[in-house]
Amino acid sequence: MEPDALKIMTRIVKGVFYGLTALLIVVVLYILWTLNYDVIFRYFGRILGGTWLTIQLVTLSVFIGFFIALPVAIMRVSHIPWLRHPAYGFIFFFRGTPLLVQLFFIYYGLAQVDLVRHTFLWPVFRDAYWCALIAFALNTGGYSAEILRGAIQAVPKGEIEAARAIGMSLVTAYRRIILPRAFRLAIPAYGNEIIFMLKGTALASTITLYELTGIARLVNARTYQPVEAYLSAGVLYMVLTYIFLQAWQLFERRANRYLAAQG
Amino acid sequence: MKKFAILMTAALLVSGQAMAAEKIRMGTEGAYPPFNQIDPSGKLIGFDVEIGNALCKQMKVECEWVTQDWDGIIPGLLAKKYDTIIASMSMTDERKQAVDFTDRYYSNSLRYIAKKGSNLDVKDLKGKTVGAQRATIAAIYLEDNMKGVVDIKVYDTQENAYIDLAAGRLDAVLGDMLVNYEWLQSDAGKAFDFFGEAFNRSDEIGIAVRKGEDKLRQQMNAALKAIRDDGTYAKINAKYFPFDIY
Repeated sequence: MEPDALKIMTRIVKGVFYGLTALLIVVVLYILWTLNYDVIFRYFGRILGGTWLTIQLVTLSVFIGFFIALPVAIMRVSHIPWLRHPAYGFIFFFRGTPLLVQLFFIYYGLAQVDLVRHTFLWPVFRDAYWCALIAFALNTGGYSAEILRGAIQAVPKGEIEAARAIGMSLVTAYRRIILPRAFRLAIPAYGNEIIFMLKGTALASTITLYELTGIARLVNARTYQPVEAYLSAGVLYMVLTYIFLQAWQLFERRANRYLAAQG
Repeated sequence: MKKFAILMTAALLVSGQAMAAEKIRMGTEGAYPPFNQIDPSGKLIGFDVEIGNALCKQMKVECEWVTQDWDGIIPGLLAKKYDTIIASMSMTDERKQAVDFTDRYYSNSLRYIAKKGSNLDVKDLKGKTVGAQRATIAAIYLEDNMKGVVDIKVYDTQENAYIDLAAGRLDAVLGDMLVNYEWLQSDAGKAFDFFGEAFNRSDEIGIAVRKGEDKLRQQMNAALKAIRDDGTYAKINAKYFPFDIY
């Protein structure tokens, strides 16, 4: 291509880029200008309450999910078939079905089963909060197990062999060498999974919970102001994600600081 | 000129005939049981249809029924495919901009349902768990009047609220009385019943006519009043519902 033609092309691309950016800014400012802030202020307390429930759901389900994922991942890489296969089945089930279906199955489905309804299980499964937590923890458990499996298998063979060569048992090698290495390798992918889970909690609104999305739907139903309702929720999800990302980055840097020292 | 004269005569004849026959064409949907539906033999039946026929009888005119899909039912009226709509149409502000309505011929209200024998006292629901469908009049009523008194659960569909009532997660469901009644008649709803009286009559159902057709509208209103007064309405009502839905 002629140098001149290239220059003109660059100019056009730049022009289009700046033009679109300016248009986007104008649209955003226009939306912000036309928002009915009364609605947002009137429901602000409830929006914050919903945010708090969202934080609870994601924190607890990720916490419980981690302790599900850990044994499942170790079973998954085992050479013993009766350990490996159930773990594979568990991961396949929770990755292979939509979270909404899992949630409905646990909330509406299990409530039809007499064994659940007429035993000590009912006080737990009666409550939408526990149903949501169980579904979310199992789901993130399945995904996290797969992340951990990948990380465990990515630990350099030489390090494991070295550990075994100096006389460590497999358990000790896992505890002192394999898992600490695997956790560090898993951090980026695991952070991604937690962000997915944060947004997954929005589904709890379908089983009567008033978390952030549930509140947004309430505000919409009450005021017929969908832009205000869902924009507020969207901004709060972004704020939560941003705070989490900052914390996770600090955590990752600290966990991998030995790599920085190696330079 | 001759042609024009023939046309004029024809037009006069046609309009004269229409007047002599005193026929009113009633538009309805035919797909909303038990209010209007088509039975297996192809006959139009239902509460709306019987009310319409009673009105025609009262007005001493002939009823001709036309069925039309719901989304085209107002355009069909405006295009003069029929003269009125009796199709369980709620008189909303939006629709009032397009058509005129008669007085209501029935109304929907809210009513609690709960398990038979549960002794639910609708005057004292403190601490109970009550379900409703999201974004309905029932859900808004609970939010406005019962918040902090009862534990309110909202569902994406009415069916899900019923499922949770049957599962025992809810003590009661608040919903449209006529919708609740339909569920109570089903197998799943057998063990449940109404509790307390119907209240909050907010959803009024009327007969639509084209804007400005005041004569027809007033005729219909007078006929409605007459069938309410002489017991015809009550007789039809009793065939469909064991309570007054006016």
